[in-house]
Amino acid sequence: MLSRKLTLRSLAFVYLLMILVGPLSMIFWRIGKDGVTNAWDALIAHDTIHAFQVTLTIAIIAVPLNTLFGIVVSLAIVRKKFPGKGLVNAFVDLPLALSPVVVGLALFLLYGRTGWFGSWFISHHIQILFALPGMVLATIFVSVPFVAREVVPTLREIGDDQEQAARTLGASGWQTFWRITLPSIRWAVIYGVVLTTARCLGEFGAVAVVSGSIQGKTETATLRVDEEYQNLNYAGAYGISLVLAAIAILVLIIMTVSRPKEGTA
Amino acid sequence: MGASSRSKRLSEDRPLASTGLALRPRRSRSVLHSSERAATALSLGFVTAFLTVIVALPIAALIWASKKRGGSDFWQAISNPEAVAALKLTITVAVIAALVNAVFGTIIAWVLVRDEFRGKSIVNALIDLPFALPTIVAGLVVLAFYGTSSPLGIHVAFTRTAIVLALLFVTLPFVVRTVQPVLIELDKDMEEAARSLGADEFTVFRRVVLPNILPGILSGVTMAFARAIGEIGAIVLISGNLPYKTEVSSVYIFLRNQGGDPAGASAVAVVLLSISFAVLLAVGGVRRFATRFERA
Repeated sequence: MLSRKLTLRSLAFVYLLMILVGPLSMIFWRIGKDGVTNAWDALIAHDTIHAFQVTLTIAIIAVPLNTLFGIVVSLAIVRKKFPGKGLVNAFVDLPLALSPVVVGLALFLLYGRTGWFGSWFISHHIQILFALPGMVLATIFVSVPFVAREVVPTLREIGDDQEQAARTLGASGWQTFWRITLPSIRWAVIYGVVLTTARCLGEFGAVAVVSGSIQGKTETATLRVDEEYQNLNYAGAYGISLVLAAIAILVLIIMTVSRPKEGTA
Repeated sequence: MGASSRSKRLSEDRPLASTGLALRPRRSRSVLHSSERAATALSLGFVTAFLTVIVALPIAALIWASKKRGGSDFWQAISNPEAVAALKLTITVAVIAALVNAVFGTIIAWVLVRDEFRGKSIVNALIDLPFALPTIVAGLVVLAFYGTSSPLGIHVAFTRTAIVLALLFVTLPFVVRTVQPVLIELDKDMEEAARSLGADEFTVFRRVVLPNILPGILSGVTMAFARAIGEIGAIVLISGNLPYKTEVSSVYIFLRNQGGDPAGASAVAVVLLSISFAVLLAVGGVRRFATRFERA
């Protein structure tokens, strides 16, 4: 009995070591090997700082929009009856199962020169592709599901007794939302926002297609990692990766802290 | 159990709530209704507009672009030998990665639920790392660990093995996170009963535990498969992207489009899109199958 437990535990540990922890520790090992100063120089290079600014700008636009949409669509899915609910569900889940490259290509075809919207935007001198708007659209697309996927099950679980009670006591729909619904789903929302942010900061494939990766212009932090690696500036690639990994670990910490409180909210 | 008692309580509460509403003066009730109807219309309008602009229109443009030159061109783009090779490779590596993670994901979930050891909460948090880490970073570190300067002396960079390893990294959490909650809920009494009736550990797992966690494993595997089919960030550095050898479909689409053939790219993209829809349907099916007794 004990030996079986130990066997399974060692199997799990060895697998995690070979697939997850081992590779991840390489960031520190490689930075040590390629030189901390080289990594630092690459990090404070103008193009790298610009890349982080672009990533941040996209996240600042995409995360609030997706948070608002996530909450509204969750309330609609759980509390309302309307025709086409199945379709709404499918579209919300689709980005989870769809390749980011396909997302990027779809936007490329819609806003490209021969696309339905492309010619109108081009004739009005509004640049969507190879510019911030296209990258924001791509990032919103890939991070659509995360808030809704956390909020929908929580809304189902809490039921609508309290909301009904508030309505009976004369609260308006708006008051009920702010005083009853939002406080009881707040941890699910926070969890969803954290996941959305992580997805926005880490997006690569969809943004790679629509941005054109123009150095110092439309390059995000993740595209910059690719660029540095292709240019054989490994110290730079690992340096930027270290910052991105640090953000990911911060995300994990917030997730771990907000997880257990879900039940008590 | 908790859910069913709650829904029962809810249905008992409803008449009460509506009585309360009916007792209110007529005027305020109609005001409530009209403002509520407006709020519903507003929220549904917002949802529809958002999904149309962000998701539906780009998808429609993709499908339209793949068909606009006619069916024969579409089939020609699909049956391009390089595209076919890429698609075969993509499906093969995705199936392998999903299956390996089905086995190890189940083991990890079991260890996290039934085993006690120091630092368990850290290991548990670590499982989500592939969801939080940018995929390009995942690809970079897997390449560093298994590439030409590997500290282990394992050099598999630019091979199909390397693609599978990168996919194992990014799809690791799916099965763990779908099996873990089922194991937590699973009643240990059933296992004890089977044991006291003389079943050995393997039989207990096969006949008692597995049937319960199978829907979880299946939906986790399906989502992992979908993720693996579409992955690009983790693969692009480590695979070397050699046509017919290590070029996966997502990289093929990317390079086709960059090379000035968006129509050829869109045809393969539509194939991946169909796989995504099939996966979502399958996951929905598994979910309905798993909860078929709860509704009755």
